[in-house]
Amino acid sequence: MVQAIVFLPLLGAILAGLIALVGAHARNPSGDEVEHHGDHGHGHGGAHASTAHDDHGHDDHGHDDHGHGPVEPPAAGSRAAELITTALLFVSAALSWMTLVDVGFMHHDYRIQLLPWIFSGDLQVWWTLRVDTLTAVMLVVVTTVSSLVHLYSIGYMDEDPNRPRFFGYLSLFTFAMLMLVTADNLVQLFFGWEGVGLASYLLIGFWYQKPSANAAAIKAFVVNRVGDFGFALGIFAIFMLVGSTDFETIFHAAPGLTGKTVNFLGWHADALTLTCLLLFMGAMGKSAQFLLHTWLPDAMEGPTPVSALIHAATMVTAGVFMVARLSPLFELAPNAQAVVMFFGATTAFFAATIGLVQNDIKRIVAYSTCSQLGYMFVAMGAGAYSVGMFHLFTHAFFKALLFLGSGSVIYAMHHEQDIRNMGGLWKKIPYTYAVMVVGTLALTGFPLTAGYFSKDAIIESAYASHNPFGVYGFLMTIVAAGLTSFYSWRLIFKTFHGEPHDEHHYEAAHEAPLWILIPIGVLAVGSFVAGLPFKELFAGHGVEEFFRESVKMNPHIIEEMHHIPQTIAFLPTVMMVLGFLVSYLFYIRRPYLPVELAKTQPMLYQFLLNKWYFDELYDLTFVRPAKWIGYQLWKKGDGFIIDGFGPDGVSARVLDVTRNVVKIQTGYLYHYAFAMLIGAAGLITWFMFGFGGQ
Amino acid sequence: MTTWPILSVTTFLPLVGALIVYLSRGDDEASRRNSRWIALWTTLITFAVSVILVMRFDPSNPDFQFVEKANWLATGITYHMGVDGISLPLVILTTAVMPFCIIASWKAITSRVREYMMAFLILETLMIGTFSALDLVLFYLFFEGGLIPMFLIIGVWGGPRRVYASFKFFLYTLLGSVLMLLAIMALYWNGGTTDIPTLMHTAVPRSLQTWAWLAFFASFAVKMPMWPVHTWLPDAHVEAPTAGSVVLAAILLKMGGYGFLRFSLPMFPLASHDFAPLVFTLSAIAIIYTSLVALMQEDMKKLIAYSSVAHMGFVTMGIFAGTMQGVAGGVFQMISHGIVSGALFLCVGIVYDRLHTREIAAYGGLVNRMPLYAMTFMVFTMANVGLPGTSGFVGEFMTLLGTFKVSIPTAFFASFGVILSAAYALWLYRKVVFGALVKPSLMSMKDLTFRECLTLFPMIALTILFGVYPKPVLDMSAASVQQLVNNYNTAVTAMKAAALLQ
Repeated sequence: MVQAIVFLPLLGAILAGLIALVGAHARNPSGDEVEHHGDHGHGHGGAHASTAHDDHGHDDHGHDDHGHGPVEPPAAGSRAAELITTALLFVSAALSWMTLVDVGFMHHDYRIQLLPWIFSGDLQVWWTLRVDTLTAVMLVVVTTVSSLVHLYSIGYMDEDPNRPRFFGYLSLFTFAMLMLVTADNLVQLFFGWEGVGLASYLLIGFWYQKPSANAAAIKAFVVNRVGDFGFALGIFAIFMLVGSTDFETIFHAAPGLTGKTVNFLGWHADALTLTCLLLFMGAMGKSAQFLLHTWLPDAMEGPTPVSALIHAATMVTAGVFMVARLSPLFELAPNAQAVVMFFGATTAFFAATIGLVQNDIKRIVAYSTCSQLGYMFVAMGAGAYSVGMFHLFTHAFFKALLFLGSGSVIYAMHHEQDIRNMGGLWKKIPYTYAVMVVGTLALTGFPLTAGYFSKDAIIESAYASHNPFGVYGFLMTIVAAGLTSFYSWRLIFKTFHGEPHDEHHYEAAHEAPLWILIPIGVLAVGSFVAGLPFKELFAGHGVEEFFRESVKMNPHIIEEMHHIPQTIAFLPTVMMVLGFLVSYLFYIRRPYLPVELAKTQPMLYQFLLNKWYFDELYDLTFVRPAKWIGYQLWKKGDGFIIDGFGPDGVSARVLDVTRNVVKIQTGYLYHYAFAMLIGAAGLITWFMFGFGGQ
Repeated sequence: MTTWPILSVTTFLPLVGALIVYLSRGDDEASRRNSRWIALWTTLITFAVSVILVMRFDPSNPDFQFVEKANWLATGITYHMGVDGISLPLVILTTAVMPFCIIASWKAITSRVREYMMAFLILETLMIGTFSALDLVLFYLFFEGGLIPMFLIIGVWGGPRRVYASFKFFLYTLLGSVLMLLAIMALYWNGGTTDIPTLMHTAVPRSLQTWAWLAFFASFAVKMPMWPVHTWLPDAHVEAPTAGSVVLAAILLKMGGYGFLRFSLPMFPLASHDFAPLVFTLSAIAIIYTSLVALMQEDMKKLIAYSSVAHMGFVTMGIFAGTMQGVAGGVFQMISHGIVSGALFLCVGIVYDRLHTREIAAYGGLVNRMPLYAMTFMVFTMANVGLPGTSGFVGEFMTLLGTFKVSIPTAFFASFGVILSAAYALWLYRKVVFGALVKPSLMSMKDLTFRECLTLFPMIALTILFGVYPKPVLDMSAASVQQLVNNYNTAVTAMKAAALLQ
């Protein structure tokens, strides 16, 4: 069953990939035909005239979210690829829910060894599928959202000519993500980790004719690699300390590592703290935490379903999952936990401030994702791993809903993404409006929605924790709760209320097809029911029973969370209401207020609008210097110093001489070469039999 | 075990093929076609024979197998051949890559086809000989002999600056080899023999170890190439014809790494231990330095050449870590790099054949016309980046893992290669393959032909197979690597114990 869950998406990816390749190959003549037919111009191969490309159909994708220029014919077999991948994903999702019941409530854990991978000395890495409750929760999240996104994409991508490729990538992503969550050792985790990175790269750059999409794809991959740099070093460190990469062995050996130190570049670091920090660096990259967050907003260049699946619900939560998975290590490294808490809290606040002023509907949701991921890390830092997983679980539903709802808006507005050009849409697309409101309620933590339970639990855990940054975490998350409420309602108000700003688009706006409406409906339901029924399992007294050995909680945190003062527990709700009221005031009652505010505080406004100038900062400190150094090393280092004093100096003399003596011909080279060999042979003989014999 | 000298047959079959090509005279189209087919069949049969080697090879035995010994020059200098788990993978790599080279040259080479094929076949003999020679003099002949065909391939069939490149190539490598020759003589005086297995078990005095190590190092470091003696490689690659680049990257570069494993580590363990920090430093510099340089390249081949230097840095680092994972990872990385970089050069060759330029700026948007090519190139780009699931990951991961235990700073700095390789490789891919197709010269580009698919698809299969299931290669070399590492560590431990006693 577990094998089916993991490998059905791979099967789908391969089939869709083959359909895409065969189709693409049929439309683009190979060199073989040239040899047979002579020239047939600009790709209108005689045999393929019916499906040949239009040359001018290629450069029209530059401006909007969606390639809808002069229409290329859709790839052959598009529908087949869509149905195959979607059907397989639904099977996988159904099996995942069964697994969750089996593992979570029946207590049947799985550990299936598939194939030996890297075997060398004491390094023994297997391909293994491991399913415990933590994994089962992730399986459900990943396959459920993925199958809904597949379904949604059938509608959303209906104008795109490259659908088989798109669905292949989506399924490939799902496979990699499933390999990540079922990993039984760090190396397989790393495989899934980089695999989802690849899929993310391919999907962000799906519209490869857009330069901005390509740039965003590379940025995502490279920034993630910065995190992976730490992750890899963490794996090496663990292997050095423990001699294994298997989770069981590591967790077993971890208590014995307390107090050990490692000399890391002159820093005598506590072994566990060091490894946890290195591993957390990977998590920061993947989960777009403060300092390594810059790729996530740019990743919105990808198609909207991708944003929902990868950059909201699943891939970006991999870092959270990793910390939960390694909780036995983090529990032993309180300093590392402090760092986790610090970065989580900072991100939660920082991303929320940027979200306040953005105007691109997808970017607002993206910064919101970034901020919510920070919340999850706060819970991780507090040692309340199951609470962080709870938010991961609920967030997957309502954030995917918000993204897919935004997609529906974008679809309705014909690929307009700027909320300044929207307004008054609720009359035109009431269904989308309704589900977006549901998503917003859940995100802001309106009582009885899913987000209410999980988010409040996190804030409580931060308050109750004994982490040195506990108070900081609490304050930041409380403030961020207010900001979240503000920017979320701002999005709703500017998009759906007020006066329409673009009459043309407004008039043409229409509700999306059923392919789109069904998935967002399901997610809207999920945004309610993912909360209360699961509360006890994730953040109540059922945690131990449900998660058992799969995470190692701080032993007191759940208990202490239940004993915090009532006023504190009530604070997030107050902040939520406050944020709503301010937003209502700003965008419904007194729409001129925000404009004036921006005018009176231009510095602050520009600072937030330009995302704290992180892109500029990194460009200045890393990108440009790297290029400059590279150029200098090439021209000066290689060209001037090494070559100048090495071979060029010598060969220049040789050439000077030879140029005057003979014209260099190929025949000369033969002679030269053989003279060398004969010389060498002569030399060896001379020494061997001349001196050697003496 | 064997009834016929299978190793010598593998080694000299290509030479026989070259002879046949030589005998079939004439310079018309028919004779050109003949020489192509003869060369292809020769390499294929050689490969088939080498597969027998694999089947009969006993991976649990760490010692040399298929040993052949015959009197040759003087006492102590014999014709001695044999392979162990370290050299056999490289022999197979050689025999496996050669048919691809011949196929890749099928249409690209139109002048002096006969000579071209002969050069390649002779080169194959010399390369296989290098990996299977068990006598220093024999090794030296094969090792240095390999220079000549390569020199000719670059110098005759190369690009516009071929003369400069071939001279640079020759000067560098010759300089190293002269020093190696001196060291070989010193070893002969010391041990009275040039027999490699004997020398491996002969203790070499400490002072001689140092000098001999340095002399061998000079030669192998150039071949590798290690920083700062790497500058011949980009030029050689740029000027060489496609198949020449493939052989250069896939096999010739491996000779240096093989030399370290065969000579430096087992014969001079103490010197290796002393100089390990030097090698670590050079490797880490090579990885960062050449990756940064690769970032700024304007020529596709140069970029891949610089990335080769960086990848070879992982090999040297892993080898001198002297740990099981480091050395085994080094061997694996050599095989993997052989496949991946060879394939990348083939990929460059494919667009070069169509547009006759390697300038990155001349391309862009190829995916619109060449989807199969885009897919293929993507796989190898990712393997070059070291994405898990491709063979590139396994080697990089193991060498870093093995080095971390010994030297954390080295592993730390070398890991920057992980970030930088992603930057330059994806940048190249984006500039060449992605984007809109706007350049008029690219409008009529055609996708892969059947022949090109024939060369690339098996390599894709191998890249992914060894990424997911590297066990065949790792198992083949495990026993020999284990023995090498044990001997090395024993020697080093003994030295340390002796130092303590004093």
